Amino acid sequence: MSVLPLVALVGNPNAGKSALFNALTGARQKLGNYPGVTVERKAGRLALADGRPVELVDLPGTYSLNAASPDELVTRDVVMGRQAGERRPDALVIVVDASNLDNHLRFALELIALGLPTIVALNMVDLATRDGLELDAAVLARELGVPVIATVAVRKRGLDHLREELGGLLGSAAPEAKALPPERDFDVVRGEARRIARAAIVRETPSRRLTAAVDRVALHPVFGLLLLLGLLFVMFQAVYAWSEAPIAMIEGLAEAAATATRDALPDGMLRSFLVDGVINGVGSVVVFLPQILILFFFILMLEATGYMVRAAFLMDGIMAKVGLSGRAFIPLLSSFACAIPGIMATRTIADPKDRLTTILIAPLMTCSARLPVYAVIIGAFIPARDVLPGVGLQGFVLFCLYVAGIIGAMLVALILRMTVTKGASGGFLMEMPKYQWPRPQDILLGLWQRAIIFLKRAGTIIFTSTVILWVLLSYPKPPEGSAISQVDYSIAGRIAGGLNVILEPIGFNRDISLALIPAMAAREVAVSALATVYSIDAGDDEALLERSLGDRLKDQWPLPTALAFLAWFIFAPQCISTIAVTRRETNGWKWPLFMLGYLFVLAYVAAGITFWTATALGLS
Amino acid sequence: MRLTELPLRQPAFVDLIDWSVLSPSEGQRLREFGLCEGASVEALHHGGLWGKGPIACKVGRMTIAMRRNHAAAVTVRTGPDAAP
Repeated sequence: MSVLPLVALVGNPNAGKSALFNALTGARQKLGNYPGVTVERKAGRLALADGRPVELVDLPGTYSLNAASPDELVTRDVVMGRQAGERRPDALVIVVDASNLDNHLRFALELIALGLPTIVALNMVDLATRDGLELDAAVLARELGVPVIATVAVRKRGLDHLREELGGLLGSAAPEAKALPPERDFDVVRGEARRIARAAIVRETPSRRLTAAVDRVALHPVFGLLLLLGLLFVMFQAVYAWSEAPIAMIEGLAEAAATATRDALPDGMLRSFLVDGVINGVGSVVVFLPQILILFFFILMLEATGYMVRAAFLMDGIMAKVGLSGRAFIPLLSSFACAIPGIMATRTIADPKDRLTTILIAPLMTCSARLPVYAVIIGAFIPARDVLPGVGLQGFVLFCLYVAGIIGAMLVALILRMTVTKGASGGFLMEMPKYQWPRPQDILLGLWQRAIIFLKRAGTIIFTSTVILWVLLSYPKPPEGSAISQVDYSIAGRIAGGLNVILEPIGFNRDISLALIPAMAAREVAVSALATVYSIDAGDDEALLERSLGDRLKDQWPLPTALAFLAWFIFAPQCISTIAVTRRETNGWKWPLFMLGYLFVLAYVAAGITFWTATALGLS
Repeated sequence: MRLTELPLRQPAFVDLIDWSVLSPSEGQRLREFGLCEGASVEALHHGGLWGKGPIACKVGRMTIAMRRNHAAAVTVRTGPDAAP
């Protein structure tokens, strides 16, 4: 494959860069990582006006070439041609927010001084007009000395013009690129940026300010906090309420596949492998795709609308009490979806100790992989009735589990900040972007990417661990006429028997011990593992095979055991991927092992207390 | 007066910033946000139940949030001849 010209999108945070990237590349995006750092590399292909293909890369938003955090370093190194794993771009598209020219032009001037072929995309001109700002792109182009194109990424305005201009730029002889930007005083560049911005502004009239009006409620110390809690509550209720129909559909499909396989194949190893291992195992996890997508939908919406930063603002007071900054709230909220993007998002935190503490508590946020476990147990043991009109008990219990994770995380942060990550607290400095209504396509694209990642996991990690577990559970076969069951006689059963010595005091049975081992690969495997165990246990008993996993759990587990299992998963020592990403982020094994250790202890203690309390209360 | 004492939604200008209160990277970030001597500034919201949370303020055309200890390092002027 010949090497395509590389064009980099670069600009301030909140300039609408990602929306422009999506609008230019469509769904043909490739997500990856820069080597050695966990900064996400987003690249896609763009066709120029004459049909020539170009590789477009979306660089992390930053305020200047004076980088403070790991993701800003990537942007600086790429545009200077110093980033490992990335060639120097052949051209830059600088994205500036039309309503914030003073600030964004200063960074644009820094970038233009690098001498690479450059176009400025004057983005979100519609919002600027809404705010009563009228700009002259021609004046701007003259003053900056590079082409300026007015764009509205979310409405695809100006994109053809941008493609055309880019084609001309890449075709012409490249001007000399400088390895380093010329040394210039910060205040001088700012003065120049301000002068150019003033020259380009044709008219400026005060107008209605939607964002200010919304913020009066959203940032209010009382109503704002209530709104945030309300939003989170709706989010967790929706995870249950909206997912019923699609889950029933997936379950129906899995059941049909299992029945068809059972009918088509003779009884034997292959049939057991396909039905017990593949369809029941993997199927029991895939069933949670709707719930995971609903959760991601809310998180993507909160981010894209600009509300997430408001949440950080509201939470800063509370976060400061445990020695963190409000900024940590964003990675922590993302960790509800998955701790891995959450831990990666901590790279925007400049203070190293703030960042380390946030990484260490991120796995305490209830990630979506725990959802399958919670959902199965809650579905089996918590009655589906309303505690209040419109508020289901099951959703309420789920909400409580999330709250327990949050309280746990805060306490752990407090203790860590007084011991291992002792030191002065970092500050809280953040830009608050304007509210905007996200383009449905951008949200759908985000959901699509998450769905693919989840299904790939189901197809690889979860499939592999389920298959290994099936093998370990199926062999060796007990001798004919033996009173010992297949599961107890198998290798896995024997391992679990050993492990049970440790786990029995906190109320865990053999099946849980069995499920916890492969759950290290990915938490949701606990569910598929239980499904496989019971599937093999049932043997050829048709009546048993037709009962759902939840029903079977209800028959076999006392309530205190189920509650202890839920409590274990609040702290659940995390999956291997989280350990790996923590190792990469902290450059060593010390912190991931520390994390693993403290989570194990907490999970054990929490499950134990839950079990003993529930037993003492006589719950059953 | 200090930015922390500025009444909400009253336009003002930055008179002086005590950069020594800020770490070099915090100072750099504030400058990148456009907060410097002479910039127009307007306090918008005080966060936290007891007024101890961060402050959201408008600097030029941008809204930023910062903690009270940082905002206290910013001295502002109001009134008809406050503009630089």
